[in-house]
Amino acid sequence: MRRLLNTLYVTMPDAYLACDGENVLVKVKDEIKFRVPVHNLESIICFGFAGASPKLMYLCCERGVALSFLTEYGKFMGRVTGGISGNVLLRRAQYRWADDPSISARLSKRFIAAKIVNSRALLHRVLRDHKEVVDQNSLEKALRWLAGTLDRLEKAPDGNVIRGIEGEAAQIYFSNFNQLVLSQKENFYMENRNRRPPTDNINALLSFLYTLLTHDVVAALESVGLDPQVGFLHRERSGRPSLALDVMEELRPHFADRLAVTLINRKQISADGFIVKENGAVIMEDETRKEVLTAWQKRKQEEITHPYLEEKIPLGLVPYVQALLLARHLRGDLEDYPPFFWK
Amino acid sequence: MLVLITYDVNVTTDAGKRRLRRVAKQCVNYGQRVQNSVFECLLDPSQFAELKHRLEEIIDAETDSLRYYFLGNNWKNRVEHVGTKVTYDPEGVLMV
Repeated sequence: MRRLLNTLYVTMPDAYLACDGENVLVKVKDEIKFRVPVHNLESIICFGFAGASPKLMYLCCERGVALSFLTEYGKFMGRVTGGISGNVLLRRAQYRWADDPSISARLSKRFIAAKIVNSRALLHRVLRDHKEVVDQNSLEKALRWLAGTLDRLEKAPDGNVIRGIEGEAAQIYFSNFNQLVLSQKENFYMENRNRRPPTDNINALLSFLYTLLTHDVVAALESVGLDPQVGFLHRERSGRPSLALDVMEELRPHFADRLAVTLINRKQISADGFIVKENGAVIMEDETRKEVLTAWQKRKQEEITHPYLEEKIPLGLVPYVQALLLARHLRGDLEDYPPFFWK
Repeated sequence: MLVLITYDVNVTTDAGKRRLRRVAKQCVNYGQRVQNSVFECLLDPSQFAELKHRLEEIIDAETDSLRYYFLGNNWKNRVEHVGTKVTYDPEGVLMV
């Protein structure tokens, strides 16, 4: 098997990339901060941008190292790759797989299984930590039911059944979502999950967090050379980042839902920060939005040990890791795609 | 696999000094300098063959020596570092 190559993340906004022979150099104010042989790298991702020398770009192109530029907030701006890079092959593999119902179903199961496991973990946690204040019966029932959907998911024959199970699991999960909210209950109560427009505070908050997550996942997929619009579970629709939505499924509970609940429970946001419009849509005020964005950025810096790589990485890099693992699976370097499970 | 490469190049002559610089340069291209004439290179077998060939073209076997230590893929259990010159793990998360 091919050796798994590494990715260099450049997060210092004033870093300048250069090369010396076969080495990639990261310089800050002409001082060399880091040096690594280019053959150890698969890609370089720069957040924020001071510059990269044309010679380095040349080296990256020659060696098939993808050099991506993102804004410091993680929005994808562009990528430098050489003519012989495997991107087109990777994308074609992705299209072929997306057209193959059995492969699509297999990958969809991975995404959804991880989503259900991660949602269960969230409910399980509140049941364990706050036994006395929650409705134990209802939570235990939901946990059992979700476990049942997992079993049925394993046996699901095709995409439609999988989407059905996904819907059911989401319904069970969101009908218990209010239990996760331990303070400000009267102001943060969700009837059901709704969007476009969200009609209550929780839904508004969740929608905003999902948007942030979509941005990150799209950027991650684009930086590894995948087409974020062609998905396996989500079908194509003009302008919809279907593959990003696929990969997001497994990330939603831990990245967005938990953060939403934490923000409410810690009273970092309050009902005052939400406005109800004439048509019933709920939107956030600028201050609240800033608070959420700050929390999101902070959250992404938290370190976790990635369950598959067994490496300590900041939470914000998980979308990149998942995109990379998916690309490796498509290239045939990995037997199967390991989704993100979090307890 | 991780290969540890060490060398001794005789620098009593100008030609020797030139060989030392050239050997060092090749090693830098392929790996990480962990001590003055000690390099850790994460290579696949073909890259190793390439590097080996290049180095052995440069040195003078009469006066210089090269040693390769093969630490394999499980090298993390076989390397311990104490003191200054902190190294990075080429297979770990690289973030600057």
